[in-house]
Amino acid sequence: MTSTDLTTLNSARDRLTSDGSVLRLSETEAEQKSGYQAPTEEGLGERMIMNMGPQHPSTHGVLRLVLEMDGETITRSKPVIGYLHTGMEKTGEELTYLQGATNVTRMDYAAPLFNELVFSLAVEELLGIEVPDRGQWIRMLMSELNRMSSHLLFMATNGMDLGAVGMMLYGWREREEVLRFFEAVTGLRMNHNYIRPGGVAADLPDGWEEELSAILDIIPDRLAEFDLLMTGQPIWRDRLQGVGVITAEEALSLGATGPILRSTGYAWDLRRDQPYLKYDQVEFDVIAGSFGDCFDRYSIRLAEIRESMRIVRQIIEKMPEGDYRVQDKKVTPPPRARIDESMEALIHHFKIFTEGFKVPEGEVYVAVESPRGELGCYIVSDGSSKPFRMHIRGPSFVNLQTLPHLMKDSFLADTVAIISSVDPIMGEIDR
Amino acid sequence: MSDAETPSIDDAELAEESVEEVLEEELPQPELLHGVPVSESRGQVVLHPSRDEYVALVSSLRELGYWMCVDLCGVDYLGYGPNRNLPAGVAPERFEVVVGLLSHSDRSRIRLRVQIPESDPELATLFLIHPSVENPEREVFDMFGIRFDGHPDMTRILMPDEWVGHPLRKDYELGRIPVQFKGASTAR
Repeated sequence: MTSTDLTTLNSARDRLTSDGSVLRLSETEAEQKSGYQAPTEEGLGERMIMNMGPQHPSTHGVLRLVLEMDGETITRSKPVIGYLHTGMEKTGEELTYLQGATNVTRMDYAAPLFNELVFSLAVEELLGIEVPDRGQWIRMLMSELNRMSSHLLFMATNGMDLGAVGMMLYGWREREEVLRFFEAVTGLRMNHNYIRPGGVAADLPDGWEEELSAILDIIPDRLAEFDLLMTGQPIWRDRLQGVGVITAEEALSLGATGPILRSTGYAWDLRRDQPYLKYDQVEFDVIAGSFGDCFDRYSIRLAEIRESMRIVRQIIEKMPEGDYRVQDKKVTPPPRARIDESMEALIHHFKIFTEGFKVPEGEVYVAVESPRGELGCYIVSDGSSKPFRMHIRGPSFVNLQTLPHLMKDSFLADTVAIISSVDPIMGEIDR
Repeated sequence: MSDAETPSIDDAELAEESVEEVLEEELPQPELLHGVPVSESRGQVVLHPSRDEYVALVSSLRELGYWMCVDLCGVDYLGYGPNRNLPAGVAPERFEVVVGLLSHSDRSRIRLRVQIPESDPELATLFLIHPSVENPEREVFDMFGIRFDGHPDMTRILMPDEWVGHPLRKDYELGRIPVQFKGASTAR
């Protein structure tokens, strides 16, 4: 797995810190320099500062890019973010641990269950409780399905960005199959608040195996259609191959994780390398590319959908019986039926949902492999029922730093392909 | 200084001994790892370098395989009640910068907690060691007002440039925007 050494890594890093592919301009400077500037005698002024976004059909939310252009070629660039900032980390300090999942689930809205998962794992680590087996397997099932739906959304948007407009409809159609299952289990298509500290909100509904098997029967054929429509198609390959190339050393230096890091051939996946939940009990391959270009990132995601389906099939077979949440009176509300017959149960229920449960003091960092890379959660608890500090390490936020380096010396037309291949989710970047 | 006033060699040795004894008795020596105090939090290794040791420690950890700086965030401990789980010899300050390092070769993580005093909220940047901290350090500056010395672009990242205050500080007012339902002067 470690296919590099420190010397190469250090030289890549020094190149990155000195090559000036990031355009570091203040807002006023950018305004002064924006637009076409006539060439001066020194030959300067041929470079042009251009704004792309914040409203642009291919920027995946309100992302703004300030580009310095030399003709059609991008010399330096800078992503400008913050347009969706709503202070979710500050909000997290005002919500109890039980309410916290509703907040974090809105960060990466394409993969909400991963946010709930990492938050819950961090809280459980602080509480020192372990979720029963069935709860853990359900969490794993839901995360893998969410990985599928997130990558299917990528297929849709990536296709649309590159002019394969029909792909947008197909990608969303397949994603909807998965979301329909989420709706049956959690009650909602997105922002589920399903994975909570202590387990999951509800057991899987009756007949979930059949419903899932139906989905798993449909999607492989549809993926074959994607291959037909995109993977083998010469125009598609021309648009993606050799575009937005990054090396493993550069990706490591820039903190890139997920498909961006794996596209360089550096096979690092937290599911395999630092297993959480029950990932050590299922078989799957970590997909790695070799060229680190947009095409590799596309095909890795396509292959990861297939790997996730492979994991889901194993989960259906291995799903154990038992509790779906921990039976700890401090954390778990009493069953609904008990509330009708017992005054204490009613009080207990009321207390948990108004005051929340207290979490022992301490600090902890937990990470999971989200569809976009390492999703981390750092929580500091002061022993009360609200986190003292809740920080989410969003993979998109860090991955976005690769953009200027990916776009350096490429054509303006390729920026769209490159942004799309990084698959940023602005809700998570701006939080 | 006359000869009579200088203490004899024996006396000096005695005095030195007693100082060491006193130190050992009264100040418990912190456990060290990579030359800095270490503590454990829920099974995770946490190092507590001083601001002067910080950069050197990160670069020596890089030599040891911690190639990736995964996370960097700030914490404002204003009004934090309980014990902060700091090892002996580390004086608590208002702010902390928390850095997460990852080693792929032995699949381990290590966390650094650096104490930043309120009177001088500044820390050296890690940009030249780990370029991945560029955005996270800007975020910490934006949210906590901790400046990173040597950072190439120490500007706000999430809040508008002209914003006053640092929102994730504990003494930053939450604020409310009045909601107007009727009689708004502007047309919708």
